[in-house]
Amino acid sequence: MTALEFRDVSFRYGEDGAFAIENLNFSVEEGEFVAVLGHNGSGKSTLARLADGLLTADRGEISVFGEPITEKTLQSVRKKVGIVFQNPDNQTVASIVEDDVAFGAENIGLPREEIGARIAFALGAVGMEEYRTAMVSRLSGGQKQRIAIAGVLALRPKLMILDESTAMLDPRGRREIVDVVRRLNEREGVTVLMITHFMEEAMLASRAVVMNRGEIVMRGAPAEIFRRHEELLTYNLALPRIGEICKRLQAGGLPVSDTLDADALAEEIAKCVS
Amino acid sequence: MRIVAEHLGYTYNARSPFSTRALDGIDLTIEEGEFFGIIGHTGSGKSTFVQHLNGLLRVPSAEKHGKKKMRGDTVLRVGDFDLTDKKTDFRALRRSVGMVFQYPEYQLFAETVFDDVAFGYKNFAEKKPEREELEKVVREALEIVGLDYEEIKEMSPFDLSGGQKRRVAIAGVIVTRPEVLVLDEPAAGLDPLGKREVMELLHRLHREWCKTVVVVSHDMDEIAENCTRVAVFADGKVKYVLPPRELFRRSDELLSLGLDIPLTAKLVLALAARGIDIDCDYSTEDFVAKVLSLGKGGAC
Repeated sequence: MTALEFRDVSFRYGEDGAFAIENLNFSVEEGEFVAVLGHNGSGKSTLARLADGLLTADRGEISVFGEPITEKTLQSVRKKVGIVFQNPDNQTVASIVEDDVAFGAENIGLPREEIGARIAFALGAVGMEEYRTAMVSRLSGGQKQRIAIAGVLALRPKLMILDESTAMLDPRGRREIVDVVRRLNEREGVTVLMITHFMEEAMLASRAVVMNRGEIVMRGAPAEIFRRHEELLTYNLALPRIGEICKRLQAGGLPVSDTLDADALAEEIAKCVS
Repeated sequence: MRIVAEHLGYTYNARSPFSTRALDGIDLTIEEGEFFGIIGHTGSGKSTFVQHLNGLLRVPSAEKHGKKKMRGDTVLRVGDFDLTDKKTDFRALRRSVGMVFQYPEYQLFAETVFDDVAFGYKNFAEKKPEREELEKVVREALEIVGLDYEEIKEMSPFDLSGGQKRRVAIAGVIVTRPEVLVLDEPAAGLDPLGKREVMELLHRLHREWCKTVVVVSHDMDEIAENCTRVAVFADGKVKYVLPPRELFRRSDELLSLGLDIPLTAKLVLALAARGIDIDCDYSTEDFVAKVLSLGKGGAC
């Protein structure tokens, strides 16, 4: 089943501005883990907000698990789609972890026992069970962001959108989030759409798309996309640092193959110089 | 201005059940002219330390004249400013030590870019500056951060892109021409190109405007590429102060502290495991050059 589909979608902020998204066609199948890359201002966050119905398309149609997003279907669409934003401090509403995680579930009027079970499930899924009664304000950035994810999970979404959810975290926090997301995708079958500008994170996805000026300009497996580095540069995207080292070594006459893994590159270098 | 800290301690919520020892005897000297890096985990004390440098956090008198351990031997000096002395002119200090916080763009507030950048200058001026003077300093500050003064001065800071906002915020700090510029995660949250531009901007500032630059960062690649020396903070203490070339030779120790190492250091380790020793300063440039020099004469 198609989890998310954009058909000829255009959107602009204001009446006379440029289109942030123009004639976009894009789909995500159920169970996929798709990364969306693009420089700041390429339209990737707009895409996320359109998919959750936070913004309404000016033209075209967006559907979520077969259901077109309209004013009437908005409530039911939002039950299927969860979105996690960038700043962990803007996404918590309660002072105690379990209250915060319960907020969304309470809002849609679930019975009390059900909410309890969902909190347990959601905290377990993000590895934060032992913080159930902790103060949100005393958590690290990565932990707060895991709580934000748990709050979304408590609604049992089938599609989860992460809009640069790791951008404000330190490397450890980033790893925590990426691990959780992968696990959710693999074990719980949650479809994931991850918007990021960390190339290393995009490597974990099964498929990646690159956005530029509101359009999708590259599609493919992450490794395949990184191989086309000249093209990436034209979209104001830098290669992951390791890709850059490969290119420089090749330019200097050392015939290493392209790789994005440090150990594999060391092996290549060892082969070439010994 | 040289920065000297000796036996510097700091406790948040002292004498309460939530008391947290954030700095525990920091000894650190940053020489004038350095491009100095500070790394360490969240909670290692690095932000607490840099907030002392312009007096946002003060050396508490209890630490200074306290009982056994400290007994008034805490030293904190920036140039001629003695920061342990309550009578120090902290306003003058703040004019000389510019502080750029994480996500400084969240602190933009004025209606126009001009007003936002001018605010910092007016705030620190001895007397109300003339319009002409104000225009000159704001123009210079916006130009050095790489923005077009005429084009941007009347715009609302909120209509700018993320990278532009950050530049405006930095302009608002350097407009007083501080000798020391301290930045907490200056490139966080930007895309790779935005990151590179910010680092280039910091080098330009270091060359032309600010004698000393102190950068707090989680990004080891950034540290390895840019810094003259690096201090590693852990549990409120300074573990190492070394140039990148020596620091990342101790990659094993950094990893055991739970810190990341730059990609070049990972490659050096992986090559060492294959019997190939690379002696480099851990910048991409030098690493590539050293590997290529090995390759001479070898065939694949």
